[in-house]
Amino acid sequence: MANSHGHNNGLKLVLAWLFVGIPLTWGVIQTLINSLKLFQ
Amino acid sequence: MSFFDKSRTVAPPGYSRWLIPPAALCVHLCIGQAYAFSVFNLPMTKLIGITKSAPGDWLLTDLGWIFSLGIFFLGVSSAIFGRWVEEGGPRKAMFTAACLWGGGFLISAAGVYIHNIWVIYIGYGVIGGFALGIGYISPVSTLIKWFPDRPGMATGMAIMGFGGGAFIASPLSVWLMARYSTPTHVGVAETFITMGIIYFCFMTVGSVIVRIPAPGWKPAGWTAPAKPKKLITSNNVYVYQALKTPQFWLIWWVLCLNVTAGIGVLGQASAMIQEIFAGKVTVIAASGFVGLMSLFNMGGRFFWASTSDFIGRKNTYFVFFVLGTILYILVPQTGAAGSVPAFVICFLVIISMYGGGFSTVPAYLRDMFGTQYVGAIHGLLLTAWSMAGIFGPVLVNYIRQYNVTHGVPKAQAYNVTMYVMACLLVIGFFCNLAVREVHRRHHMSAVEAESHVIA
Repeated sequence: MANSHGHNNGLKLVLAWLFVGIPLTWGVIQTLINSLKLFQ
Repeated sequence: MSFFDKSRTVAPPGYSRWLIPPAALCVHLCIGQAYAFSVFNLPMTKLIGITKSAPGDWLLTDLGWIFSLGIFFLGVSSAIFGRWVEEGGPRKAMFTAACLWGGGFLISAAGVYIHNIWVIYIGYGVIGGFALGIGYISPVSTLIKWFPDRPGMATGMAIMGFGGGAFIASPLSVWLMARYSTPTHVGVAETFITMGIIYFCFMTVGSVIVRIPAPGWKPAGWTAPAKPKKLITSNNVYVYQALKTPQFWLIWWVLCLNVTAGIGVLGQASAMIQEIFAGKVTVIAASGFVGLMSLFNMGGRFFWASTSDFIGRKNTYFVFFVLGTILYILVPQTGAAGSVPAFVICFLVIISMYGGGFSTVPAYLRDMFGTQYVGAIHGLLLTAWSMAGIFGPVLVNYIRQYNVTHGVPKAQAYNVTMYVMACLLVIGFFCNLAVREVHRRHHMSAVEAESHVIA
């Protein structure tokens, strides 16, 4: 029971971090691509 | 409404505290859109003319007020609603912010549709500004309570999201406007509607995830230090009592001066690098510099707030003020030497400390005034941001203009500004130096503290 609770918690954590991490990473990559223009 | 009550948000046993930062980021990544509002400015000057501005189209000066109103009402609402946010709990506050933020976009879409700028002032500027204030402070004290061992890192993560929100909003807005625009129509209204709905949903998810720790909860294996560190209180100060302490006003000035020094150059970064290195830095390269600055603004929020957990808040601000002063004095030399890399490095470090000033201050307040009303006190302190938002850009623009009209070459027109910024940081240094422990007469008694606990 405790194991399944911990497993659930882990899944929630992964989903929650992906939910915010994916758009943030996409935005950072877009900005990095734009920033590279400084060095061109 | 019981789902939103503070009592319904108490975490069950086994709840992971690492779910709180993503909940906070759900809100901060959305409201951070405010930094990217300028992408709408040019398209909104062509709502009638479509390809170019026509008679009756809005001017850039009219549109500039939208962002200014938003930041102004951020400060106002965080000061007014701080206590309500603290006592009502994070879920209610985050959901309220979601409604106001999404609603503000929808009202602004109506303003674009009927071409009435006052509707946008009210929609985005006032209602959106209230969402900014309530949303900004809503997860702060919750994070501090979940991470008593690393409060700087925890609040740094959330406030980093506010800096990162523009990274998502800027390309998303451009992409949506391109999708919705036609040869006879600029797709701003539809973009506002889409973004309003997306933001409402995203922020609502955060409000559903968020929990407050059960009374007496502590991280596994962590015990509060038996002898509190100097400048870290284990007592609590009531929100309005904090206003009567010199510490509150000293930290208010610390934040205000640190932000003033950064915000002015942040807004002028593109023009500044092109004018100082005329012929060497193109418009495209300057936009790359602005992008790099936003990355360091965001990264600095996490880095410096996390560092403050190890070296202390007061020392972190000492680093900002000393290093910031040195770098501001060095900037004119890098310009005179024609060294673009040295100039860029100076500003990237400066801007990381500008971001760090925002993210370290909640933990500084917690150290001074305790955890119970830290969110509300933080709300009051954000009026310093509103003030800096007005004075920073005005100072930079006014000094530059004065120099140019008095015959100073454009490449050197910013030199005086840099020295003025260095002076502001020196004043900030002394304000920070004057911060001492809050006198115990300001502390709440155990009975008072208990009577203010709602959960």
